[in-house]
Amino acid sequence: MIAEAGLASLWLAAALAALQLGLAAGLGGTPGRQLSSIRAVAIGQGILTVLAFASLVLLFLRSDMSVLLVAENSHSQKPWLYKFSGTWGNHEGSMLLWVMVLALAGAILALFERRLDRRTLGATLGAQAMLALGFFAFLLFASNPFERLSPAPVDGRGLNPLLQDPGLAFHPPTLYLGYVGLSVAFSIAVGGLVRRNVGPAIARAMRPWVLAAWVMLTLGITAGSYWAYYELGWGGWWFWDPVENASLMPWLAATALLHSVNVLAARGGLRAWTMMLALVAFSMSMVGTFLVRSGILTSVHSFAVDPTRGSFILALLTIYIGGALTLFAFRIATVKEGAPFEPVSREGGLVANNLLLSVILGIVFVGTLYPLLAEALSGEKLSVGPPYFDAVASPLALLLAALMVIAPQLRWRRDAAPVLPRIAPGLVVGSGVLMATIVLAPGIGLLPRLGLTLGATLVPASLQPLLNRSLRRTPLAVWGMCLAHLGVAVSMIGMASDSAFTRERLAAARPGDKIEVGPWLVEFRDITPVAGPNWTALEAELRASRGSGVVVLNPQSRFFAEPPTTTNEAAIDTSWNGQIYAVLGEQDGEGRWQLRLWWKPFVTLIWFGGCLIALGGALALIGRFFRERRPRRRGEDAFA
Amino acid sequence: MMVRPKHQRLVLVTLAVAAVLGAVLLAMWGLQDRAAYFVTPSDIAAGKAEPDTAMRLGGMVVEGSLVRERDGVSIRFDVSDGKAVTPVAYRGITPDLFREGSGVVAEGRLQPSGLFVADHILAKHDERYMPPQMANEVAAR
Repeated sequence: MIAEAGLASLWLAAALAALQLGLAAGLGGTPGRQLSSIRAVAIGQGILTVLAFASLVLLFLRSDMSVLLVAENSHSQKPWLYKFSGTWGNHEGSMLLWVMVLALAGAILALFERRLDRRTLGATLGAQAMLALGFFAFLLFASNPFERLSPAPVDGRGLNPLLQDPGLAFHPPTLYLGYVGLSVAFSIAVGGLVRRNVGPAIARAMRPWVLAAWVMLTLGITAGSYWAYYELGWGGWWFWDPVENASLMPWLAATALLHSVNVLAARGGLRAWTMMLALVAFSMSMVGTFLVRSGILTSVHSFAVDPTRGSFILALLTIYIGGALTLFAFRIATVKEGAPFEPVSREGGLVANNLLLSVILGIVFVGTLYPLLAEALSGEKLSVGPPYFDAVASPLALLLAALMVIAPQLRWRRDAAPVLPRIAPGLVVGSGVLMATIVLAPGIGLLPRLGLTLGATLVPASLQPLLNRSLRRTPLAVWGMCLAHLGVAVSMIGMASDSAFTRERLAAARPGDKIEVGPWLVEFRDITPVAGPNWTALEAELRASRGSGVVVLNPQSRFFAEPPTTTNEAAIDTSWNGQIYAVLGEQDGEGRWQLRLWWKPFVTLIWFGGCLIALGGALALIGRFFRERRPRRRGEDAFA
Repeated sequence: MMVRPKHQRLVLVTLAVAAVLGAVLLAMWGLQDRAAYFVTPSDIAAGKAEPDTAMRLGGMVVEGSLVRERDGVSIRFDVSDGKAVTPVAYRGITPDLFREGSGVVAEGRLQPSGLFVADHILAKHDERYMPPQMANEVAAR
């Protein structure tokens, strides 16, 4: 019954989406007058989609094996957390989650949006309904999560052990909130273009959504990176895998949008530009969904593949992105000119930021899709990986960091004052670090060296906008910006430190052997069998000592019965200045065990920085909620 | 000097177009020698794979070919696509589910001697998964 109820809610929600689109398109009277009914329909659609998703969760929690999806992806002997998170550890469930976030975003927009005029909001909700309708159709016709299986099997096939991790409970929902939160920015841009109403009001309505989506994307990417780091046991934190790029591309677009939407909200500038970015950002979310869900690319995440669905998403993608770009092309001439500014100004800095982010986005986009294109055109199979992305994107990222040193300190419209004194603290710290790396670590590569230098330069520079202000009266948005920029600096230092100073050892060892890695001496003590709720494992006991400090590491080689799989569980110990990371491999013919050890100085800064970035965004978002309730004071720095 | 709005829009549009073109050109330049081609043992046997460039080799690990070297951390095995066989050397911990008779994609370089030296090994992640490229090879057989 639950499955049928879920399916019925999904159909009803789809019908409401169609109704919402019809009302917004002017069937049944002027859309402006129909706004209250459009709102009600949008809210109903949101509630029904939540019901459908809740039914699926319930089916997974109850291990109802008469549902095909549950039987194929779950197992009754699984811990309940993995039954719960297993709901979205498969194609259909994760698409339902995606659509639920989309419908919920529409409902929240309908409930709370008061800044847009009635007609623009009507058009916006119409656009949101159109997006939802396509993805409802995709669910109902190409990936029905509620399909029954008859006869029901005794038990399910289990969840991929790699996905049996608390990370899965957190990582996809966060990413989806980010991906799909951008749909609202897309819809608002469409609404504004349709109503020929592109101005600061649009930007103010868009801003909280962009900020919230961006915070979620940042958190999702950070969490995903850490998850891959400890779960895959390869010692790396970013693999330039197509699925990773699929989340990075919307993030890059959203980061650019986040900066330009403020120019539009505060200064009325960069109108067409901001609309374009809003369209591109959600388009990147859809491209990402296409890449992940179509199974079209070889990828370490390829357990989520199903080639037959690719063409459906591709068709949706073409209609939505093509339609939005066509609308943009037709309406761009009606968009008013923004306020002028000089090249050296806050606006100028933000334009440079947007250009650099767009170029990086373009490079990631081409690199990610090139294998597809090459195979389609010449039948040639190839893959594009770290050598390309590291060499082409990293220098631009460093350039972007250099821009961040000065741009936040420039004044709006024009800035004739000398720049050097303002960046002096950063330059002093940065050149100090540069000297130190040259003297102390002459052998490291150019990119890590520049990364350390620029990261160090950026630490004081990112906090400088807080100087000469009364800290208690500084708006939260300014704190947020400073914190986010500091996060970029911290993360960059972590990345550079990891690639410059990591020490790695690969050894075959017998109990009693000692292995040196970086400052650590690791003693291989013993190997013992252990058992978990649905796995058995061999666990090594390693005692790592550095000076007087001793830590015990227990890397495991786990065996899961359902489905039969072996996984490596890395053991990681974190200290203030880095992590020691151990992986247990197989036993060779002579009774030796393979051990892989890493010492990674300051690697944790990568994710710590990511959290700071997200926290900065969250602060800015909270600040917006409080500030927009108060009338704006004159001459106040709306975005600092 | 403050620029006129009309002029400013022109400059911004030009910059945006330049950025897009720049990105594409940079990407094409970067892809020229950094894309790794997917090859099969037959391609190597036919001399279609160039030595010392990054590539991915896909196929099945031949039963009985897996040999562990004396150092305990290096292995050698043969990869076959049913028509030809390529010897592969790898130093490191093999991924979960890497075993004889299973599918594998090895990233690395072909030595002039014909030995494929792998830097990374990707194995299928669960019982159902097969790299798309390999699924094609199997289906074609």
